[in-house]
Amino acid sequence: MRPGAAACWAALLWLALALPPLRDALEGSMRMHMLVQMPLLAATGFIAVRALAATRRARVLQLSGGSVPLVLAAMLAASYWMLPRALDAALADPAAAVAKFITLPVLVGAPLALAWPRLGTVGRGFVWTNLASMLAVTGWLYVAAPVRVCNAYLASDQYEAGMWMVWLAVAILFGWLVGLFVGAAAPQSATPESTAVTSSAARDRHRLVRAP
Amino acid sequence: MTRALGASLVVILAALVVFTWGTDGWRAFTSETARREQVLRNPRPLPAVVLEDQDGRTFELSDYRGRSVAVEFIYTRCQSICRSLGMAFRQIRDAIAPQRLEHELALLSISFDSVHDDVPALAAWASAHGADGRHWRVARVRDPAQLGPLLEAFGVVVIADGLGGYEHNAAIHLLDRDGRLVRIDDIDTPQRFLAQAGLQP
Repeated sequence: MRPGAAACWAALLWLALALPPLRDALEGSMRMHMLVQMPLLAATGFIAVRALAATRRARVLQLSGGSVPLVLAAMLAASYWMLPRALDAALADPAAAVAKFITLPVLVGAPLALAWPRLGTVGRGFVWTNLASMLAVTGWLYVAAPVRVCNAYLASDQYEAGMWMVWLAVAILFGWLVGLFVGAAAPQSATPESTAVTSSAARDRHRLVRAP
Repeated sequence: MTRALGASLVVILAALVVFTWGTDGWRAFTSETARREQVLRNPRPLPAVVLEDQDGRTFELSDYRGRSVAVEFIYTRCQSICRSLGMAFRQIRDAIAPQRLEHELALLSISFDSVHDDVPALAAWASAHGADGRHWRVARVRDPAQLGPLLEAFGVVVIADGLGGYEHNAAIHLLDRDGRLVRIDDIDTPQRFLAQAGLQP
């Protein structure tokens, strides 16, 4: 994806999510709110990072201390929005809604996009397993809670959301394990990091050559 | 490496601050707990609203000044949780001597279904649950436009359940002698509510 196109897609997706028709539809149910709207908001940040030139991305990475603090920030910010209280606030309090629409792209999606090419098998494994465990624990709490945890959502909706989260956690773990075995069967000579750098550098050179 | 460590520490510290702030010091993870904590810390004044009871008499919350009031929110077609609400109020009423009900604690069930719950519907619910209309009144907000601000002041959120009914954060609310909301308790522990309110029989 070209940088300009990435910025466009990110902005379009973000706007679509923020405008009433889609926003109301997604926030109307707990599972759509948590499992569709929030991941898509994070995705806008992830895509927007593609709009940055490789050198600038490297600079931001260096300034922020590499991939570890970035992954940490993404995980902690994501877990905050899994709190039932944060979910309720995002619906009842405009300030919290604005915070959600800004922090999910900026503190979850963007840091992950910056860190991802630098992460090896262990780092990516940490991200996937951590995400799965967060989903499983929160989902299970939602299913097992004897009371409604969100004032804005029905008890049945909470149960459904919890079940979806548990199954999503299972699917993520399964996908990750399959990926591990497939990856082990066909080992790559280069690390993800160097591949990314080489390919983007190669692309830049290619452009330079073709430029009149 | 040093930068990575420093940045990670900053991230963790920032997260600790945000989580502590967002959960009132790791106590309130749901908005319902937060609502109860807030009311305990800062008693809330309530808006002046005209209510209409099961006998068609109009009154206001301020008419109860000098007496505490236990308030619950109901709708008369409710099958599930409002039964427990009615039950809890009955237990509270039975636990207190009549003269104390006269002077110290009144019971008030307020319907949030202004459209369906007219006076006859309130009267039917009242007689089914043993509300006498004197110590225990069943009422609705007479002007539906005043319902929203009232629910908001109490922090009660009502949502349609898609089957023609509603779900809401049911609780027992205590108004003090000055008409301020001072406590919110679970509906299944009326004895504890009485003890906490200093109304132990």
